[in-house]
Parts: sequence; structure tokens; C-alpha cells
Amino acid sequence: MLIQHIVGLSGLVAACLFIFGLKRMSSPVTALSGIVVAGIGMVVAVAASFLVVFDLPADVAPNRVVNVMLAVVALCVGGGWAFLRGRKVGMTAMPQMVALYNGMGGGAAAAVAAVELSARAEPTALGMATTAAGALIGAISLTGSVIAWAKLDGKIQNPWRFAGQRIVNGTLFLATVLLGIALVVSSGSPHFALLAILFFAGALAFGVMMTLPIGGADMPVVISLYNAFTGLAVGLEGFALQNPALMIAGMVVGSAGTLLTLLMAKAMNRSLANVLFSNFGDGAAHGGSEAHGEMKSADASDAAVAMRYASSVIIIPGYGLAVAQAQQKLYEFVKLLQAAGVTVKFAIHPVAGRMPGHMNVLLAEAGVPYDIIFDMEDINAEFPATDVALVIGANDVVNPAARTDTSSPIYGMPILDADKAHQVYVVKRGQGKGYSGVENLLFFEDNCSMVYGDAQAVLTQMVQAVKDLAA
Amino acid sequence: MTMDTTMTWLIALYIFMLAAFTGYEVISRVPSILHTPLMSGSNFIHGIVVVGALHALLNATTPFAQTVGFIGVALGAANAGGGYVVTDRMLAMFKSSGKGKN
Repeated sequence: MLIQHIVGLSGLVAACLFIFGLKRMSSPVTALSGIVVAGIGMVVAVAASFLVVFDLPADVAPNRVVNVMLAVVALCVGGGWAFLRGRKVGMTAMPQMVALYNGMGGGAAAAVAAVELSARAEPTALGMATTAAGALIGAISLTGSVIAWAKLDGKIQNPWRFAGQRIVNGTLFLATVLLGIALVVSSGSPHFALLAILFFAGALAFGVMMTLPIGGADMPVVISLYNAFTGLAVGLEGFALQNPALMIAGMVVGSAGTLLTLLMAKAMNRSLANVLFSNFGDGAAHGGSEAHGEMKSADASDAAVAMRYASSVIIIPGYGLAVAQAQQKLYEFVKLLQAAGVTVKFAIHPVAGRMPGHMNVLLAEAGVPYDIIFDMEDINAEFPATDVALVIGANDVVNPAARTDTSSPIYGMPILDADKAHQVYVVKRGQGKGYSGVENLLFFEDNCSMVYGDAQAVLTQMVQAVKDLAA
Repeated sequence: MTMDTTMTWLIALYIFMLAAFTGYEVISRVPSILHTPLMSGSNFIHGIVVVGALHALLNATTPFAQTVGFIGVALGAANAGGGYVVTDRMLAMFKSSGKGKN
């Protein structure tokens, strides 16, 4: 009895620490301590859950030693592998890593559900239904996240689509839910095991089918959605296990993740349904507007000199910067400009990078202090009074077509008003289109010049040009 | 359904509701520069599922429950361990220019 109280209280402590930790993570100043606080909560909860071995029911007691050994090995294998992988992974590959870890959490929730369904001594309909619901969501999150990981990691290149896909997926989902209901109703019947296998197979297959048709550009939203799914699944399994810590932690993540997903979808000016079901990012089907005028190109060193003698520069980095691994070089250039008295700011579009805030992480990695990095709504008003806007590796997020061209697929998406700066330089590898496949009207504006080349090479030239001036 | 389980069910709903509001409130005040670390941080927190998996494994009586429980603990531990490291690495990079300048 005493042990149950201790385990129960440890759950309460863990839940408190999780919420407190999340709260601290909500400000850049306290964020690092936030994850430590949450980590302490996790250690407390995991350590306390081993106490149950001193208070096992008679039928479990003979397995005590084997079970504890299995648990320790599983903790070391799973935790150790993830720890080492997480230490080594590059910051640009972070989104897919989060997807992978998230899928594993979903898989763990599904595994808990499978054990509960198989072992429950006196099943109640409500307990069964909750367990099955958690299993369904967890299993979808597992395979869906793995597909998302494979897409972001470049292991699956193209969206897989066919006619009537939505009908197939809808039927699969419906069949899986019906299997789940049959499972709950038929508890104790001889067909139970077969139903359970079909149910899990259906849920796992649906996760794959649901994610395959979604384009790579939409994966961040999908990962965020599956993050919320896993949270929800964990919360539901928490109820099945009568464990309030799991319920609270799971539900906090479920609601926070849902909100985050909606914020991300909103930043792209798309509804969540649109992301999941519209087959966006096909490229071929897009109309797009006629571009007027022509693109002008400028020399990297000319652009650098122009910025050196400007009084204010706003830099708009995109994922292309990270692909070229040029953040360090960019910051070196920025420091030179700052030393020459130029006010330099970074403007970050909500969907820059591969997740909201991903670009901030990439810049932070290069040492750029976060107080010269600004969100779109905070900086957009400053562009008309800015001498130079430098766009590096970004495209759709500065396309004025989003403001004016109602026929454009990106119409209505909030953009950074780079075109309103006196002079715009766009560092770009070639004349290709952006992720959305839309022609960028900014490139044809009178005040815009293109600097063609790899971001790393261009920035190296820019740094050299500014240094040459000083010498 | 007895009175007892009805209360449990209702209390569960209360817990879910309060937790949902908590999650919403905590996230809604976060600046977007922290969204990625926060997604990773919340990803770490649902790694608490490892506790549920440990419960299942430590109470296992059949080889099936032991096998699936083992997989569950390993996956849950990977979720928690990986989520922690990745979040910690991301957050460690945030620093203001106050400290860094000259």
C-alpha cells in the first residue's frame, strides 16, 4: 500500500515538473533550465515505477527477476541508442529526428495498449474503448511519423498518389474503427486475438496511407500533428492504466501540439484539412502569374559593398542557407557589417526552415544572438525605411504574388515585405522556382538584383569584398 | 457500471480538461523562435509513456506481454532519451548578444 502511494506521488511530482518545465521553455532566457526540470521529472517517474516490483500480485511474482532485467535492458537499449543518435545528428536534420522519436512514443503507447488488451483481467467497456482508441492513435502516429521521417530524410522522394486514394484511405480508416468497436464488444471471445491483430494492422497501415500522399513541404505540419497524436494516445493509455501522470503529460502535449499544428498551418495560410487532403505541392498543376520585366544579376562583391555603406540591412534567411551550410559565413559577414556601423537585423518568416523556429535554431547554432532576430509581424513595418534587404535561400516567403495575385496558389500567405526595401539582393543558386513551384515576382522588380551562386561561395566573396575595403 | 467507476470516469474527464487548458495556455505565450525547441520538448514529455510501458512489462505474466512490453519500454525510452538530448542541444544554442558582444 505504501509503495502505491509513493509511486502515485512520484507521478504527481513528475506532472508538476513537466508543466513547470514547459513553462520555463516558453522564454529564451529560462528555456534551457526548462528541459532540465522536465528531465528531472522523467527520471523521478521512471525510477519510482520500478518500486512496484516490491509489491507484485502473486501471479506476477515468479517473473519478477526476468521482468526487471528485461526492463533495464530495454531502457538501456532504447534510451542509449536515441541518446547517441541525438548527440550526433546535425541541426538541419533535426525535424526528421523529432519525427522519429515521436513515432517511437506512439509505438510505445500502442504496445502498452496491446499488453493491456491481452492481459486485462476484468475488462470494462470504457477501459477497453479507451485502450483501443489510444492504440489506434498511437499506431497511426508510429507509422505516419516513420513515413514523415523517411520523406524529410530524402528516403522517399515523391508523394505517392493514385485516383480514388481518399476513398481507399477513408474505407481503411472506417474498417479499422469498426474492428476496434468489434474488439471492445467481443472481449473474451475466441476471435479476440484475430480481431486485435487485424485492428493493429489496419491502424498501422492507415498511418502509412495517410502520410504518403502529403508533399515534403507540408511535413512539418504533419510531424506537429503526429506529436499531438502521440500525446493524446499517451493520455488515453494513462486513463486505461489509471495513471494520472500519463494522463496529464499526454493531454498537455496533445493540446499544446494541436495548437502548434494550427499555428503552423495558419502561417502557411492553409487549413489543416487542406494540408492533409489537398495534394498540394504537385507543381505541375499550378497556373501562376506572368512575370513582368526581367531579372537583373549583380556581382557578389558589388552587393557586399552596397551593404557595407548602407545604414540598415535586413537579412531574410531561408532553408537554402542551411542546405549550403552557410550560416557561419553569414554571421561572419554580419559581424563585419556591424563593425562598420551598419544596423543588421534578421527577419524570420514563420515557416522558414522546415519547422517554425527551425531557422532560429540554425542561426543560433552559428552564434547569431537572438535579440537581432525578428518575427515577421515585428519587422515588416521596417522594410520601407531599410536600405538593403538580403534574401538568402528563401523564395516563396518574399513573393509579392501572395499579396496581389488571386490566382496564385500562395495567394493570401503572409509574406515578408522585402520588396519594399530600397534595394533587394537575392542570393540564389539558379533561376528555378520555389518549393511551391510558383514564379517569384520579386525577382523581376526594378529594385531587385540577383546574386547567383551557392550561398557559401557568395558569402565568402562578400566577406572578402568587405575586408578588401578596410585594407 | 458502479458508482465508483463513474466517478473515476468523471475525474478522468476533469483531469483531461484541466491538462488540455494548461497545454494551450503554456504554448500560446511562446514566441515563435522557440516553436521548434518546444515541439521537441513536448515530444520529450510524452516520452512519459515509458512509465506506462514499464508498468506493463513489470506486471507481465505471459511471453507475449513480456515481448510487447519490452518493445514498448525500448521505444518509450528512445522517445524520452532522444527527445531530451535534441531539445537540450537546441536550447543550449540560444544566447543573447548581451553576453556575446566584445
